Amino acid sequence: MRRRLVAGLLVGVLLAVLGAAAARAQQPVRLTFWSWRVEDKWAYDRMIRVFQQRNPGITVEFIPYKATEYNTILSSALTAGKGPDIIHLRAYGGLETFAAPGFILPLDTTKVPELRRFPLQMLAGARSRKDGQIYGVPFATQTLVIYYNKKIFAQHNLSVPRSWDEFLTVLRTLKEKGVLPLANGGKEGWTLEVMAGVLTPNFYGGTSFYEAVIRGHTTFKDPKFTNALAKLLELRPYMADGFMGIDYATMQQLFINEQAAMFIGGSWEIGFFKAQNRNLDFGVFAGPPEKPGQVPWVSSFADGNYGINAKTPYPEQAVKFIRFTATTEWGQMFTDLLAQLSAVPGVVVKDPVLKQVQALNRKATPYIMLVGFRWQTPTGSTLLQNALQAMLAGRMTPVQVGEEVTRGLASWFEPFRGR
Amino acid sequence: MTVGRTGKEQAGALTVRGRDTARGGVARARRRRLSLRATRRLWLLVFLGPATALFALFVTYPILSALAYSLFAWEGIGRREFIGLGNFVRLFQTFPYPRLLVNAFWHNVLVFVLTMVVQNGTALGLALLLARDPWGARVYRVIFFLPVTLSLVIVGFLWLLFLNPVFGAVNKALALAGVGHLARPWLGDPHTALVALVLVNAWRWLGFPTLVFLAAIHAIPEEYLEAARIDGAGEGAVVRHVVLPLLAPAVTIIVLLTFLGSFNWFELPYVMQGVASAPDRATDVLGLLFYRTAFGEVDTGLQDIGIGSAIAVLMFALLGSVSAVAAVLLRRREVEYA
Repeated sequence: MRRRLVAGLLVGVLLAVLGAAAARAQQPVRLTFWSWRVEDKWAYDRMIRVFQQRNPGITVEFIPYKATEYNTILSSALTAGKGPDIIHLRAYGGLETFAAPGFILPLDTTKVPELRRFPLQMLAGARSRKDGQIYGVPFATQTLVIYYNKKIFAQHNLSVPRSWDEFLTVLRTLKEKGVLPLANGGKEGWTLEVMAGVLTPNFYGGTSFYEAVIRGHTTFKDPKFTNALAKLLELRPYMADGFMGIDYATMQQLFINEQAAMFIGGSWEIGFFKAQNRNLDFGVFAGPPEKPGQVPWVSSFADGNYGINAKTPYPEQAVKFIRFTATTEWGQMFTDLLAQLSAVPGVVVKDPVLKQVQALNRKATPYIMLVGFRWQTPTGSTLLQNALQAMLAGRMTPVQVGEEVTRGLASWFEPFRGR
Repeated sequence: MTVGRTGKEQAGALTVRGRDTARGGVARARRRRLSLRATRRLWLLVFLGPATALFALFVTYPILSALAYSLFAWEGIGRREFIGLGNFVRLFQTFPYPRLLVNAFWHNVLVFVLTMVVQNGTALGLALLLARDPWGARVYRVIFFLPVTLSLVIVGFLWLLFLNPVFGAVNKALALAGVGHLARPWLGDPHTALVALVLVNAWRWLGFPTLVFLAAIHAIPEEYLEAARIDGAGEGAVVRHVVLPLLAPAVTIIVLLTFLGSFNWFELPYVMQGVASAPDRATDVLGLLFYRTAFGEVDTGLQDIGIGSAIAVLMFALLGSVSAVAAVLLRRREVEYA
């Protein structure tokens, strides 16, 4: 009896081992894909399913982490020689921090021929400054705009302002009627940087100033820039009382619950606004230009990239997946599901608000600090965000903001040294 | 080394014990003493070992590695060449780091002073009142201690809601009380933000020093108080000349804990003001400055591990030396019951 049991067990173990080995031979390659987009997991799962149907030998698992912790988790994993196969990466300086030390696999048009179709300014967000190579496939562009509540505008017979003066008139009218004109606040510095990104390019002269300042022909002390910043101060009366204590979540709530008529923000809000209040009827317009009839500038930037871990054991399969993310098919799904502008050329936008954003993008200028000055610390964004808080709290003048930002950047940006 | 010897001694003692009927009584006693000592050592090791190992793994090792990191150049998250004190030089000389460092340091000092005065002062007062055993003393004790049991993140979130300028209860209450003009964006105004955080922190921790002081007061032998009263001392004099001097050990502990807490302060400002220490670094403290430089701002994510480690090393040196000196000085003031 016992002998038979032992024999049975042995046979069972043998079968199990053989079976496992056989299974391993047929098992599909499992790629992991880390991201900070927790709220987009459902959409990524759907897009990945399409890829898996085409490529039966490969499965991809989308694993998102909390946005505020993502960088820390990713960098500890990469420095330990681990991490995912596919990496959701930010753009510009946020990509450089991982690409420059060699943690990301460089891509080129032989590996990913689809990259040839991407416009150069889009690829700028995927390019390392260290070696000029491309390290990812751009996934989205973001544009900075002003959202307005169509119902509130109609109630008070207001139309979209075509100039700065008209903008001020709209704000004043709303305030007189007892409506909070702007949902914006100052507790989180980055929302102020966005506000500056929406409103100042029309006054500092858009891309020509951008080109001048990144070449070091001028600095942020330039009166063009500081005068543009001063425009933000004119909006203080039209934000809520105590706006310096209003954080991002409160800003969103004020606009979503129709307690404020306008929200100065980025195109990434569209999907969230719609999901939170299906009855919210809103549109977008660009930061108003100085005079009516001028075509306004909008700040825009590449949101981020999909990259490959340089240490992945499956480079071939990872490249296959990355190539799929560069196809119009992926871009179309991305735009349709997430209501964001895909970076892939040739995507057809159906969402009416997103269509407006796309139209405004025809006169886009780089979102100045993110694109130009986020390459080392202290970044232009960090410096500007804090200085703007000081300015709106009345502790700094626009000229001082310009000096502060220039001085901070001079610590690593050679052309500003000694200026 | 110690482990091996102790083990051998132990084993020796055991084998000897089996044969010792043939030996003299003096030698037996000596050996037993020896074996007792060995057992004692073994037990010490058993009890101290795990703690020492954990301490080495989670405290000593990180501190040493931070020290090592601070001596290297970093490219993003990649370690590059050895640069000696280069990061410290940069921290002290390159704008804006010196200003940020000084700014954060003074905020820590301010947090310490304010916490000592507001939180621990109030706690002492409450402890003295509770010690007289007023009606409902036990209920009050529980109420004061209740916030200490709440998670700090919950406390932070709760007060974020209370202090919100649009929906918050604080400004609404001020308006109801007819002093609406006092309403402020408490956490968004550079003048009030840090003080608001200290008060929230005090609200949360108040029960702890209260309980420590209360326990210390209860530990004072009743005879001393009676003797003082018989000598004709009033209540004030009893408190000043008998109770307070005898509270010195409790005060030592509370001062040291407050010091360490204030200079390691991180969670509450992080939860309520974010890693950027809004507005305009008005709530920046060394802990946040370290975290931000080493792990990157939330939106830019650029890390400067060299500078971050240098800050961590400075913090450790500061906390270690000051608390060692303070412990010695404060101990000297303590009075024994004699």
